[in-house]
Amino acid sequence: MSISLLLLLVPLLCFVVLGLAGHKISARIAGLTGTAGMCLSAILACGLACRYFFVDGKSEGVYRSLTPYSFEWLRFSGSLHIDLGIFLHPVSVMMLVVITLVSSMVHIYSLGYMRGEKGFQRYYAFLSLFTFSMLGLVVATNIFQMYIFWELVGVSSYLLIGFYYTRPAAIAASKKAFIVTRFADLGFLVGVLLLSFHTKTFDFAELTAHNAALVVDSATNVSFMGLSAASWAMGLIFVGGAGKSAMFPLHVWLPDAMEGPTPVSSLIHAATMVVAGVYMIAVLFPVYSFAAPDVLAFIGYVGAFTALFAALIAIAQTDVKRALAFSTISQIAYMMTALGVATQTDGTGYTASMFHLFTHAFFKALLFLCAGALIHAVGSNDIGKMGNLRKYMPLTHLAFLISCLAIAGIPPFSGFFSKDEILTAAFNNNRLLFVVLLIVALLTAFYMFRLYYRIFAGNSRNYEHPPHKSPPTMRFAMAALAIFVCVSGLVPFSQFIGVDGTSHETHINPAIAAAGVVAALSGIVVAALLYRNSSGRAAQIAARFNRLHTMAANKFYIDEIWIFFTKTFVFGFVARPLAWFDKTVIDGVIINGAGRATEKIAHLIKGLQSGQIQFYAFIFVFGTLFITIWILLV
Amino acid sequence: MNIFHLTLLSSFVVVPLLMLVVLFLCRNARQARTVMVIGSSILLMLAMVLTLLFVRERAVSNAPMLFVSDLVWYAPLNIHYSIGVDGISTLMLLLSAIIVFAAVFSSWQMNRDYFLWFCLLIIGAFGFFISTDLFTMFMFYETALIPMYLLVGIWGTGKKEYAAMKLALMLMGASALLLMGILGIYYTSGAKTMNVQTLIDMNIPLMHQYWIFPLIFIGFGTLCALFPFHTWSPDGYASAPSAVSMLHAGLLKKLGAYGCFRVAICLMPQGAHELSWIFITLAATGVVYGAFCAVRQTDLKYINAYSSVSHCGLILFAIMMLNETAMKGAVLQMLSHGLMAALFFAVIGMIYSRTHTRQLNEMSGLMKVIPFLSIIYIIAGFASLGLPGLSGFVAEMNIFVGAFEHDDIFRRVLTIAATGSIVITAVYILQAVGKIFYGSVTNEKHRQLPDAFWYDKVSTLILLAGVILIGLAPFLVSGIIEDGLSVFQLRI
Repeated sequence: MSISLLLLLVPLLCFVVLGLAGHKISARIAGLTGTAGMCLSAILACGLACRYFFVDGKSEGVYRSLTPYSFEWLRFSGSLHIDLGIFLHPVSVMMLVVITLVSSMVHIYSLGYMRGEKGFQRYYAFLSLFTFSMLGLVVATNIFQMYIFWELVGVSSYLLIGFYYTRPAAIAASKKAFIVTRFADLGFLVGVLLLSFHTKTFDFAELTAHNAALVVDSATNVSFMGLSAASWAMGLIFVGGAGKSAMFPLHVWLPDAMEGPTPVSSLIHAATMVVAGVYMIAVLFPVYSFAAPDVLAFIGYVGAFTALFAALIAIAQTDVKRALAFSTISQIAYMMTALGVATQTDGTGYTASMFHLFTHAFFKALLFLCAGALIHAVGSNDIGKMGNLRKYMPLTHLAFLISCLAIAGIPPFSGFFSKDEILTAAFNNNRLLFVVLLIVALLTAFYMFRLYYRIFAGNSRNYEHPPHKSPPTMRFAMAALAIFVCVSGLVPFSQFIGVDGTSHETHINPAIAAAGVVAALSGIVVAALLYRNSSGRAAQIAARFNRLHTMAANKFYIDEIWIFFTKTFVFGFVARPLAWFDKTVIDGVIINGAGRATEKIAHLIKGLQSGQIQFYAFIFVFGTLFITIWILLV
Repeated sequence: MNIFHLTLLSSFVVVPLLMLVVLFLCRNARQARTVMVIGSSILLMLAMVLTLLFVRERAVSNAPMLFVSDLVWYAPLNIHYSIGVDGISTLMLLLSAIIVFAAVFSSWQMNRDYFLWFCLLIIGAFGFFISTDLFTMFMFYETALIPMYLLVGIWGTGKKEYAAMKLALMLMGASALLLMGILGIYYTSGAKTMNVQTLIDMNIPLMHQYWIFPLIFIGFGTLCALFPFHTWSPDGYASAPSAVSMLHAGLLKKLGAYGCFRVAICLMPQGAHELSWIFITLAATGVVYGAFCAVRQTDLKYINAYSSVSHCGLILFAIMMLNETAMKGAVLQMLSHGLMAALFFAVIGMIYSRTHTRQLNEMSGLMKVIPFLSIIYIIAGFASLGLPGLSGFVAEMNIFVGAFEHDDIFRRVLTIAATGSIVITAVYILQAVGKIFYGSVTNEKHRQLPDAFWYDKVSTLILLAGVILIGLAPFLVSGIIEDGLSVFQLRI
């Protein structure tokens, strides 16, 4: 199992080398070094997955969790300590494969996409740092290790969003992303503190063992404001996950994060980092389902709401990357909902969630890479400036179409299989959520094909330069990912990943599958009717639902609400008065006041030391007199 | 009496004393600089050797203090020159030596007279950390504080007279409380000694602890920027030359924190326990309050001065939690903040010497012009907001986990408030970074600026190395810290 360690160390090494010596070597060599390292890592990850799933992992029909490496990094007190190590279980091994594969494709793609950019070496250094941190996150043996790498992916994301650091929008977006997720991480931290206070451990294996008996015994019988300590802790931890995975209302950072280079959006803000929240809940799933089922149900509702909400916004976006970003939010919320409807006895939702995570990583990464190719060719993010690109960019067109079909859930593309399982799980456990998810499926197909038709069909615009084909590296990466998109749905996923480590057989429920496909097809048909040729019908409809359309286009003003909260409330009503208080009251009144008082007193009593002998004699005589009388009388 | 022990520790005072004498003989700044470089290198080596010797000696001895020696100084009042170190003071000596070394390279343009006061200050700082006698401690403490007045008043910038006066008066006022407290300890404990190690075993009656503890804690706490006695620090740091800010934020504040631990907590644990609610509240207020104030500042030095109020508040907060985990966090935070604050002020000084402004809105796009300094500032910023892999994270996590070991609502609420400061820290750090380093250069005068000179690099890289080392391998120091806390643990 030493390859598991090696596949983590390679990106770290790349980061250190490129970070320290990047400016001394040429951009080309730096890029190739990073890419080679990442590809090596991907090969190792695939090897590891083969060994885990087919040779080492299974004993007596159950996939075991392995901890090949672990050492104590920091000891807090007797039983609490942070270990750093590698924890392999079916989900983490699957994640290793996804991360390294997508990352290596993005590395290859970036060789072409970022060519000639200033700071090319820096870009590759940060990509390596991100990949290392993300890998560290998924192999975490304990919740604190996860928190450590959680922060590290956050900072890599900050650095990469702000890659074009001379653009004000990029600076603002990177800051926003970091601070919003940091705010959510506060919940994570407090949740971890609370959980570890009761359980005296951070270790995932100990927390989840025997149906999370440890948490159930120690934290469910203590309650505070009507909720058990376990619910509080797991709820707060979910807040952290909601921040990273852009759940409502903490999603505001993700659309802005599109200011980063497009390959970065593809890797970090579509395929890997943003699913960290889903991954975390999956790892802690037994704890959620046994010790905090109320929180799990809540997660389901938050997910469903976010999925619907983001899908509505995605319809009204005109920036291709932002539309995809809202689609990402919506799809991640889909995974969250699936976890919310899963139970330990009926693990369909759990498996489905992980399956969707797996397929989504590929098709969404591909969509972003296509978007990058389009932006490269046209020089703008605005879909209004694109049209009839099918003629100029056949490969990109094909790749985009495949991923649109996948995300819409048309068989036999990957999204169909995972979405169908999610719908089945929701149907069996919560009909309300099922209906919401079905509507979202329709909306998803609609907004994706809206994008598709507006970009690739319709009239050709007057392009200043005819849109050119992408460089070979970009085309290779897109083609490779397109193949993954086609085949990833055929993986017998439930054979490998189940809620208790066992294999299941899944059968496609014809009724639900039909419902899903019909929803998707109707979305596509409507989109085709409205957008296939540039008739004014879409604009007419938008005008009829003017208010709704404006609200959706403005993302339902959630950003404005946040800005009001932070700018007016936190800065205006907290920070400003405090700074004023410090300057005026503490400093002005108390400290300087003490100084002035001293001066005043000195001024008052200095008259006594006048130097006039008559005055001294006067005081002396009357003083003596006064004392004498006082002694005589008392 | 072990001559080796006596010379080993005393050399921390004797070396700067010799530097002081040699400086008098120097004729120009160049010679003075040479003396300082040689002297501070010797100190750094001594501190490293001491740490290694300490670890080796600790393996065979379990006395609370090592390398102890004792000379009678003034018998009628039982004043001794008694010295010795435990894990915490060893690390503080190492920290001091690193900061002094870095500060010398940051004061490259300064003249001989400046270095004279500089030496006096470090005599006081080192002397304080090696002393185990209350009176000697107090004496060294004052020795360290007084040069500050001149260093700020003469070599400072801005409204330096006001700042110097305020700083000196507030800290002297605190010293007055301290002196009262020390006399209180001496007379109420009944021990005819001022030795801290002996006093630990004497029980000061609880009744007296009620008034002595606040005196000592506020006395030392003022130097550690305890809210609401912190306002000397923003003005003081803003006016002081950058190397002096480094020494003050990095080193002198740690004198305060160390004093709180060594004298207030160790000698009066019951009093500390009884009164902890007051000081926890004050410290937690300082943590959040300092962070919010920093958000509103527009001057780089003010931002970091308030940030330092917030981070030092966390030290005091952790100390008052009175358990081993939080205490360990406090000591780690002392190390971490020492290195980090020194690094910040060093870089700010270097930026200021190039741009001649510290106002956020007068600078932008410096990343393109002075990439080395910009990157160092950003990394220091990350350390400050508690990024894993850098020292701040390790310290803060120990503090929060330790604070959460208490199961009462009062401490929980304050702890959660204190954890909230890490978000606000991110706000003011990223705000400043975004404004001055990113974007494009707007000020024409800033288009051509020299990046770090070699001495700037020496100064920043050694501090950065410390920040990264603690961040990546906290186990290197946490063992040594636990050793120092074991005495304290027995007392609770």
